[in-house]
Amino acid sequence: MLDSKIPKGPLADKWSKHKNDINLVNPANKRLIDVIVVGTGLAGSSAAASLAELGYNVKSLCFQDSPRRAHSIAAQGGINAAKNYQNDGDSVYRLFYDTVKGGDYRSREANVYRLAEVSANIIDQCVAQGVPFAREYDGLLDNRSFGGVLVSRTFYAKGQTGQQLLLGAYSALSRQISKGKVNMLNRHEMMDIVKIDGKARGIIARNLITGEIERHSAHAVVLCTGGYGNVFYLSTNAMGSNVSAAWRAHKKGSFFANTSFTQIHPTCIPVSGHYQSKLTLMSESLRNDGRIWVPKNIEDVIAIREGKKRPTELSEEERDYYLERRYPAFGNLVPRDVASRAAKERCDAGFGVNKTGQAVYLDFSSAFFRYGKTEALTRGIKDASQAEILEMGRAVVKSKYGNLFDMYKQITAENPYETPMMIYPAVHYTMGGLWVDYNLMTTVPGLFAAGEANFSDHGANRLGASALMQGLADGYFVLPYTIGDYLSDDIRTGEISTDRPEFVEAEKNVKSQIAALINNKGDVPVDDFHRRLGLIMWNKCGMSRNEKALKEAIKEIQELRQEFYARVSIPGSSNDFNPELDKAMRVGDFLELGESMCLDALARDESCGGHFREEFQTEDGEALRDDLNYKFVSAWECKGVPSDAKLHKEDLVYENIELKQRSYK
Amino acid sequence: MNITLKVWRQKGPNSLGKMETHPMSNVSEDMSFLEMMDVLNDKLIREGNEPIAFDHDCREGICGSCSMFINGEAHGPGRNVTTCQLHMRSFKDGETIHVEPWRSAAFPVIKDLAVDRSAFDRIIQSGGYVSVNTSGSTQDANAIPIPKHDADEAFDSATCIGCGACVATCKNSSAMLFVSAKVSQLSLLPQGKPEKKERVIRMVDQMDLEGFGNCTNTGACEVECPKGISITNIARMNREFLSSNLTSK
Ligand SMILES: Cc1cc2nc3c(=O)[nH]c(=O)nc-3n(C[C@H](O)[C@H](O)[C@H](O)COP(=O)(O)OP(=O)(O)OC[C@H]3O[C@@H](n4cnc5c(N)ncnc54)[C@H](O)[C@@H]3O)c2cc1C
Ligand code: SF4
Ligand code: FES
Repeated sequence: MLDSKIPKGPLADKWSKHKNDINLVNPANKRLIDVIVVGTGLAGSSAAASLAELGYNVKSLCFQDSPRRAHSIAAQGGINAAKNYQNDGDSVYRLFYDTVKGGDYRSREANVYRLAEVSANIIDQCVAQGVPFAREYDGLLDNRSFGGVLVSRTFYAKGQTGQQLLLGAYSALSRQISKGKVNMLNRHEMMDIVKIDGKARGIIARNLITGEIERHSAHAVVLCTGGYGNVFYLSTNAMGSNVSAAWRAHKKGSFFANTSFTQIHPTCIPVSGHYQSKLTLMSESLRNDGRIWVPKNIEDVIAIREGKKRPTELSEEERDYYLERRYPAFGNLVPRDVASRAAKERCDAGFGVNKTGQAVYLDFSSAFFRYGKTEALTRGIKDASQAEILEMGRAVVKSKYGNLFDMYKQITAENPYETPMMIYPAVHYTMGGLWVDYNLMTTVPGLFAAGEANFSDHGANRLGASALMQGLADGYFVLPYTIGDYLSDDIRTGEISTDRPEFVEAEKNVKSQIAALINNKGDVPVDDFHRRLGLIMWNKCGMSRNEKALKEAIKEIQELRQEFYARVSIPGSSNDFNPELDKAMRVGDFLELGESMCLDALARDESCGGHFREEFQTEDGEALRDDLNYKFVSAWECKGVPSDAKLHKEDLVYENIELKQRSYK
Repeated sequence: MNITLKVWRQKGPNSLGKMETHPMSNVSEDMSFLEMMDVLNDKLIREGNEPIAFDHDCREGICGSCSMFINGEAHGPGRNVTTCQLHMRSFKDGETIHVEPWRSAAFPVIKDLAVDRSAFDRIIQSGGYVSVNTSGSTQDANAIPIPKHDADEAFDSATCIGCGACVATCKNSSAMLFVSAKVSQLSLLPQGKPEKKERVIRMVDQMDLEGFGNCTNTGACEVECPKGISITNIARMNREFLSSNLTSK
């Protein structure tokens, strides 16, 4: 029943052949076609700009006050592309292979290959837009390495790559807005999908300033609404990131895929108190130069926690560089899931270095000396003192990661140039999302999903710097083709009236949901429920999972959901700027999603990538995959409440890559 | 620590606003300023009152959403930080803290501390881009080497987060720092050069149309800018504006 629509033919030819085979819409007809793009992150901005440029009438929405503030803005470390500028053996095939392997063999070969194929183009496009990537002294683009790979293919703009890429896409979008080809609706939230004759034909949206409920029709709808890591309450995502658009689509017939595949990022600033509202990432790029360790001896751990010893006082022999010890080939640059679990393993064993026992060190002292020595030599200083070398080294590190070091200092009040950073894993990204076929269309015809909102390319674990690549690939280079194929049937449809009964009905439903929330005479703020949901998810559906805990979590979430609708309190009115109401709608959906994630995790009796089931591990604690029984994408069909959802399986076919136990040793 | 908050409350764009006082006890020094506001809002909601509306999203100083005028300074005390990066340890026990929205005719208040900054978007729409299509048929990214110094300088200008602190802090409500940052970024790069003349004229025209004031070189914007955007950008824009006007007329 699930047809992924992967084109026939050799892997390397699939995309070009597909582009030649699909139907096009002629330019005059494009003017007769409306497309709604929800979201203005990398995926949404690039899609909206490109579709408008092709000639479609585009309407674009975001809930922030400006499209430029979408969550993509916060991405730090970089974007991958198979340019092989470093001549270190990179190629489209290698990027493809690394991504499939990094995803623990749970992604589609054809999609990933296409991603690798268009990656190089992304960099060309961004440079042409004026994105100021980091450069070498010769004026050429610089690269760095990210986890899970052995080449240097990551392009970056200091620690603010997402910002620069998004501003590039935002500028392309702004250009189309100024031409009247994109109608931009800021501070608007999509509340539901409207389907007519089985096809997505519009949305119901809410103006977040006035509270007005609006109907918008279109011939196709594209969701670029980002990931749902905030179901854990604490995550590195922006406060407003949510699942609602995707979840509403799910309830209208789009299958939700690999729901439980969550990425827990190893290097984040640890939790400091119960009032904590979000967690801050320290970019993976830091693992290029930082070494991760905890003390070897438990006595040192205790002394450090009691403030009697400082980490800098421990000699090399007294430190356990556990990643280098366990994974000599990749060392500190193992993929994220592996690094996170290794940190948890050490902390669970009692070696965590802060008061809560949930932190490890990320130490730059070797890098200071290494860079300092090179710097001294290039400057021709032969007899530099240790202190001078250290100083020069710190300056080099500062030029690479200055803003991250500042951010760390700002939050923790500790100076990472003098003492190692303390880090701990945190929820960061969701590989799961709306199921889409090769054309990025969901199981509802005319409803597309791109960027983090779909499940398509990262399998069970995403490699660093690949989300930005995927978002822009989807928006600039994939959707503009594939959506045309679908819309070629719509050139005679004409404008779709929002007076149709389907719109009336959908609007009525949204209004009654809002009324129920706002009129509820409860006594508990929304955040309270969100926090409690987050805790259940983190403890029972987080870095490691087991059957018993997942079953408990499902029950607890069901109860919490009931309590939410009985007791939530939302002051103010629905005809006004009311952020509490916005939050309540989102948390209501999280409370269903959370249960579905546990169900998905429960249905997968294997460990793969970020999905670690304690029952399924090798003797040395690595994820134990079961390719015979679980080499599939789980795609859930909504049948009412989460527990009634029906599981469909898309078998993954590997024709070009041999399935192997992933090894980074 | 204990503090007293005096916060601006305003129901809507056309209502009159006023300061409201909220004493707060047991505030942790490690809390961020916005987390302190969360705690206050939690209390307000439990007491059946409306929480204080404010904009925020990333809470790590990059999206440019947060925007509070704290104790007479845009984004509060400390240099190079946004409101969301401010921590309570920057304040003293017993201190009274005044919190107001950005004030500028071009940034009308929506509610409480949230303002409408869409004027910035319209300035970018007027020309803050390179007119290149997204078709992907551009030349190789390394075809034009860009001297590292130029690239770094363009990057520094490009780090503007569009928060509007420069406007809020300027006695004339000038948007020159914001506009000049974009103008500089694009004119420093070879890709942005072909359109540089029209760009600066169009962006400055739009800025005037939105009702931002003139720049009188007080330099206050540079001090409060959370990204350290330098007023040398303004000087560069003025030069370009003058020469563009001369050559295009
Ligand atoms: C701190 C951090 C650092 C990261 N660093 C990197 C990195 O270095 N490299 C990398 O490759 N990846 C990185 N990532 C991941 C990457 O940033 C994201 O996966 C990616 O930016 C997602 O882009 P997107 O376009 O899919 O969605 P987003 O950027 O999340 O955009 C979502 C958009 O949808 C809108 N929206 C959502 N719901 C609705 C609704 N109901 N109605 C209307 N609008 C809605 C929002 O307003 C927003 O415009 C990082 C992530 C984080 C959290
Ligand atoms: S120039 Fe500085 S203060 Fe002004 S909008 Fe940009 S970042 Fe904010
Ligand atoms: S909330 Fe994003 S900059 Fe402050």
